[in-house]
Amino acid sequence: MKIQGAQLKVKGSRFGVGLLILLVAALLVAVLLGSEKLSFFELTDEQNAILFDIRLPRILLGATVGASLALAGASLQSLLRNPLAEPYLLGVSNGAALGTMLAFIFFAQSEFARPMMAFAGAGLATFAVYQMAKSRTGMNVERLVLSGVIVTTFLSSILVLLTSLLDSTKLRSFTFWLLGDLSQGTKNGFYLTLIIAAVGTIVLSSQARALNLMMLGERDAFDFGVEVGKTRLIVFTTAAALVGTSVAASGSVGYVGLIVPHLVRLSIGSDNRLVVPFSALAGAIFVVLADTVARVTIAPRELPVGAITALVGAPLFIYLLKRN
Amino acid sequence: MAEKMLEVQNISINYGVCAVVADVSFALEAGKIIALVGANGAGKTTLLKSLNGALPTSAGEIRLDGKRIEDYSRREIARRIAVIAQETETKFPVSVLEFVLSGRFAQPSAALFGWESETDLRVALDCLELCDLKNYVNRSMNRLSGGERQRVVLARALATRAKILLLDEPTANLDLAHQALLFRLIKERCENAETAAIVITHDLNLASEFADEILLLKNGSIIAKGKPETVLTGEYLQEVFNVKVLLDENPISNKRRVTTIY
Repeated sequence: MKIQGAQLKVKGSRFGVGLLILLVAALLVAVLLGSEKLSFFELTDEQNAILFDIRLPRILLGATVGASLALAGASLQSLLRNPLAEPYLLGVSNGAALGTMLAFIFFAQSEFARPMMAFAGAGLATFAVYQMAKSRTGMNVERLVLSGVIVTTFLSSILVLLTSLLDSTKLRSFTFWLLGDLSQGTKNGFYLTLIIAAVGTIVLSSQARALNLMMLGERDAFDFGVEVGKTRLIVFTTAAALVGTSVAASGSVGYVGLIVPHLVRLSIGSDNRLVVPFSALAGAIFVVLADTVARVTIAPRELPVGAITALVGAPLFIYLLKRN
Repeated sequence: MAEKMLEVQNISINYGVCAVVADVSFALEAGKIIALVGANGAGKTTLLKSLNGALPTSAGEIRLDGKRIEDYSRREIARRIAVIAQETETKFPVSVLEFVLSGRFAQPSAALFGWESETDLRVALDCLELCDLKNYVNRSMNRLSGGERQRVVLARALATRAKILLLDEPTANLDLAHQALLFRLIKERCENAETAAIVITHDLNLASEFADEILLLKNGSIIAKGKPETVLTGEYLQEVFNVKVLLDENPISNKRRVTTIY
């Protein structure tokens, strides 16, 4: 009887190839569509500039941000045994946003202060939610979601307070950025998210088998040989780094970590050795496409990409909550 | 005398100021089955959890193959001790085979990237067959009944190939046929593979049939231990459960039989 191992790997590699093709297709579509339509062949100098200086960097940033957020979502869900765990909904993204904003106010000159403080903010928010949701009897779905709501709204109110203290020209761009906006990304921001997404994929994949056991229960994981505390620390830290760098580069793009891993699990099952790396690929595709929609819907004006992802994500969240 | 696999010396476990397990000592030898018996809240589960290090002890020492349990890594303990606890439900779709394969986590992996090897797969399928689950391989865990899940949990514990099995009320959800199957499986394991088991059970007759030794727990302390017929006496059962019992012998196995008098 040849099942699992071999079959899963074959299924997995097919799915992986499929995702890669989709990613290339999504990138092409994103390059061609926009307020200025580009063709593959003749480009004017102006169009060249649009493509290489504006559009392409933005698309690539979208891909790395999508990969990061989906990775964080997939691993947090398994770790917390909760398909509703998502960086945005748990308040982790808001923690990162607050860190970014404080860095912007106090260390405006230093570009790397933003991701660093976003990482710290994400880490603190993760820790706070985890401590609130934990109880002697374990952690149920509702408790975790509620803790996330509390942390999110608390941090939101601080963010609103800070934005209202800023002057009005900065205010508009911040409001946009808070909803998730890829148009303000920088080259360094892209390189950083790319590196963290790549490292994050490797680190979280190395924990995938332990996460498979954590998904079944913390007691189970412990009994069968997982160093629960160590795994938790690695996953929380990596997720905070992924969310921190993403938010510093593009604001809080919500629901990516909810939608993408859910769709991946629907397609290939719950084994994290597949779910983790494939969520990264699928997350990249999803955000690239969502951002294309954000760019073309009311062109030449734009929507924040976070508005598009939330439009898809919120109904899914309700569906998952009902099914629970 | 057989080799002592697990030695428990004067352990106590406190929750805050209150002692849940007080000064318990016993030894588990290869090939033996020990039944832990006692009223609800007597500290049976707490004691069992401490045996693989899941709960810290406040006093005393647990030795695994002669070495203090604290000196082992989690994986080393998991390779030697398998646990069958009351299963909690998972929110994710996991197949029966995936669940049983998770029991192979602590084995040094021969395959790349943490994938299970052919050996892991073979062991898992063997254990599924042993537990009468041959046709369940690709079924989803969430679609199983309580008793079916309990058998999958047993199969996963067996798949670890650990020499010590700790079972917390393994027969709770099982029908009569599968209760017998479970105990026969464990008995066979213990006799053939130098395995030993500690079982929490409320079924005194199953304990009498299958255990080599019974530990009777009251308020965290052992008040009697020894062969089933020396522990399952009217006096002790009156003291622990406060019920009157009728004691006789099972005419087929010649083991002590307990019937509650209502």
